[in-house]
Amino acid sequence: MEMYEVRLSGSGGQGLITGGIILAEAAILDGKNAVQTQSYGPEARGGASKAEVIISTEKIDFPKIRDCDIFLSLTQKSFDQYGKNVKDNGIIIVDESIDTKSENKVIYSLPILDTAHNVLGKPMVTNIVALGVIAAITNVVSRNALEEAVLNRVPKGTEDLNKKALEMGYSIGKKAIK
Amino acid sequence: MKSKARLMQGNEACVEGAIAAGMKFFAGYPITPSTEVAEIAAEKLPLVGGKFIQMEDEIASMAAIIGASLAGSKSMTATSGPGFSLKQENLGYASLAEVPCVIVNVQRSGPSTGLPTSPAQGDIMQARWGSHGDHPVIALTPSSVRETFDLTIKAFNLSEKYRVPVILLMDEIIGHMRERVELPEISEIEIIDRKKPTVSREKYLPYKADDDLIPPMAYYGDGYRFHVTGLAHDETGFPTNNPAIADKLYRRLLDKIELHKNEIIEWEEQCTDDADIVIISIGGVSRAADTAMKQLRQKGVKVGTYRPITVWPFPEKRLIELADKVNTFVVAEMNLGQMALEVERIIKDKAELIKVNKVNGEAIYPEEIIEKIEEVL
Repeated sequence: MEMYEVRLSGSGGQGLITGGIILAEAAILDGKNAVQTQSYGPEARGGASKAEVIISTEKIDFPKIRDCDIFLSLTQKSFDQYGKNVKDNGIIIVDESIDTKSENKVIYSLPILDTAHNVLGKPMVTNIVALGVIAAITNVVSRNALEEAVLNRVPKGTEDLNKKALEMGYSIGKKAIK
Repeated sequence: MKSKARLMQGNEACVEGAIAAGMKFFAGYPITPSTEVAEIAAEKLPLVGGKFIQMEDEIASMAAIIGASLAGSKSMTATSGPGFSLKQENLGYASLAEVPCVIVNVQRSGPSTGLPTSPAQGDIMQARWGSHGDHPVIALTPSSVRETFDLTIKAFNLSEKYRVPVILLMDEIIGHMRERVELPEISEIEIIDRKKPTVSREKYLPYKADDDLIPPMAYYGDGYRFHVTGLAHDETGFPTNNPAIADKLYRRLLDKIELHKNEIIEWEEQCTDDADIVIISIGGVSRAADTAMKQLRQKGVKVGTYRPITVWPFPEKRLIELADKVNTFVVAEMNLGQMALEVERIIKDKAELIKVNKVNGEAIYPEEIIEKIEEVL
């Protein structure tokens, strides 16, 4: 059985719940099972926010995640809150602005926010850049399925921007694993 | 052929199921964690010629769906604990007046406003006894997104067939989670509509039951003139103080469910054949129970699971059989022991009963069930 537990964290407004939905939909397009859950509550309004996705080739029973295989963090606050809950062989992907305090795990520290905010000039595609990075580093979903899932979800008229965001995220991720 | 598989949220599956079952009217007052049911119903109902009304509160919502149902529309409302409390009086009215309707309760942590965004299963007993007086109750509890779709259809079918309000007792875990589903074709779905009168308008007695204890139901506006009341009534629907008629009515309301309970009751059991220990749970908790069972089985512990799908009527008969061969039942629920009371009543002293309870707003994790079981091994 192949199973990945993915936690996407950051702050409310970074599109991480949409990101989790897209990731789960990409996994389904790959022919796998997926479950997506999220934290509902005051933290969705500015504090640390998270979306969780389980992807598996088998039936998924318990839908929630304890320690994850893949952890994305886009803010210091979310890293501090959830950074401990990663499996020993887990992969951590963070924005370069985060002080990871030399965690004894594989950490990819990459310019995700800078790419969305400054290179693309659109903070709203932060989540899509992040998904590209995750897919390139972990192969948890295929690139084709991810692109299809992104295009299925984003508003009309933003397809090219999102495709570009995904490509840039993908190439940042690919460079990082070289 | 392209796969029909898609990612869907529990609350969304509820609306999809309702529309597949023929829902044409929804009245509600949105409340977390059921809000998406109202939201999606508002979006989708007009597309199938239905009506959505956001009412001023939960009491009015319940009244509105009763009215719409009497006029012939399959009707539903959705709420959570605080709203479910408010709906109880009109729910009793629907029971007595025998008006088919579906009430969705996506349970959250309570009492009162509680932890509004957190899961709980604290309304199990309220679903049974929340409205005053002896009254018939059917309550269904889904444990997956697909099952939410299926049981919403079943809720409509049972309400139409038996002329009772049916409660879809969800919890926040199932309501808000999204998972992969493949929905059946509409042609594969069995739809049941209420029984209509076969006699002439002049001869119609709206509360004269057939042998199956269910009276045929005319729609308001069809030309059958009849009276509906929350008072005890005779076969004409008009109030009566006659003790014999009242007695017959109240007993028939319960008997019509009792008579058909074998068609209504549903449960799922796994690995109970050789089980020494059986975990009993419903809804979101049963997902943790499944994981706990599989992990314990890997360690050689003979564990099975028992999941009431109709929590009311409770699947009692099979549990009595299991109690003869199982050593220990573990009742895991997100409340302080409501379903355990029912299990205790049924199994008597034939087996040991252990409770796993959690009310802090977090889900019960598989490890918590495993730990409890390992303590007694």
